[in-house]
Amino acid sequence: MTKLQNLSKGLIKENPVLVLILGTCPTLATSTSVWNALGMGAAATVVLICSNVVISALRKIIPDKVRIPCYIVLIAGFVTMVQMLVKAFAPALDRSLGIFLPLIVVNCIILGRAEMFANKNTVIDSAIDAVGMGAGFTLALTLMATIREIFGNGTFMGFEIPILIDNKISILTMAPGGFFVFGVLIAAMNKFAKSKPRKKDFGCAGCPQAAACGMATSGGCKGTEVSAQ
Amino acid sequence: MTKLIVILLSAVFINNYVLSRFLGICPFLGVSKKLDSATGMSLAVIFVMLIATAVTWPIQYFLLDPNNLGYLQTIVFILVIAALVQLVEIVLKRYIPSLHKSLGVYLPLITTNCAVLGVTILNIDEGYSFLEAMVNSLGSGLGFFLAMVMFSGVRSKLEGADIPESFKGLPITLVAASITSLSFLGFGGVIENMFPA
Repeated sequence: MTKLQNLSKGLIKENPVLVLILGTCPTLATSTSVWNALGMGAAATVVLICSNVVISALRKIIPDKVRIPCYIVLIAGFVTMVQMLVKAFAPALDRSLGIFLPLIVVNCIILGRAEMFANKNTVIDSAIDAVGMGAGFTLALTLMATIREIFGNGTFMGFEIPILIDNKISILTMAPGGFFVFGVLIAAMNKFAKSKPRKKDFGCAGCPQAAACGMATSGGCKGTEVSAQ
Repeated sequence: MTKLIVILLSAVFINNYVLSRFLGICPFLGVSKKLDSATGMSLAVIFVMLIATAVTWPIQYFLLDPNNLGYLQTIVFILVIAALVQLVEIVLKRYIPSLHKSLGVYLPLITTNCAVLGVTILNIDEGYSFLEAMVNSLGSGLGFFLAMVMFSGVRSKLEGADIPESFKGLPITLVAASITSLSFLGFGGVIENMFPA
């Protein structure tokens, strides 16, 4: 795989949100406005790049058995740094993201990339992968936020849109709208991207719960469900 | 007392963790296919939420705050939860094997469940007292349970439905979740009016 493919796969083909279905919680919660989405995307991307680089650099040092706790500590460290930076330089963003900023720690995308990519590849490749995946996450978030903000709030990045501002579908900015827009977007992805990679192809490494899931060691859950059935 | 009831009921119905706060979506979508696994997962979540709050609340107020280490909150809480889940699993396996058998498979999944880390951090953010924090955790867990059980019922109906090709699988599940969450919007304002301050 060339470096360019490595970078671009995160955008469409292996988009973490719309194809791999990772990181659903922050996607649904922070896509109410485009600014929030960009802020969340940027914060998660920074953490992802840092954690991927460090984990990949330490991949020969970290013992295999305790790798998950090690990853979590590293990720939590970077999240704390990002949290402090956002608090200091963008207090408004800190307020609107609220609880979801510290919750980047348990964002499946970050632990998922550490498991799937960073612990098997070189530092440079991992950094490129992180940039691509981060961009894919931000892209999907922004796409959802654009739809929800334009139709739900009648604005785009804070600017009022004539006609739509008087005909808001406010439900779209609320919880049910989040689920609905996400469902429709994934359906659209299924429709237009025919050669959709199945979850099976990624095995347990692609599963957000694989880190903790007991099935990963006993042959996997057959890739049908993100569950422990 | 009234305040505790308000906290409990709002955590279950109004600020439902899954359907209005978007925490714990992964297990909500992943494990809600069958009623028994949905129940098992939710019970494990309630259990871990209560224990995690009972441990993290004192840590925040007696260890981190007096030493000006508030910024370590995220790291400490996730480590505590991860260690706690392991510990609970070991203890259950040794002493209550029957409970371990029914909850055991769900326990490791909970470490990376954002609802558990979410509830511990929110308890601190909201400035709850210890008792209020415990009640809030119980309510949040019950809310998760309610959402999971309701939704597993909805999903079993979906199985026989004729769904357009591109909506099969996750998309239709999300649309169903959207409608389920719509029903929870109806609770808005009910609790406040029930107990006027």
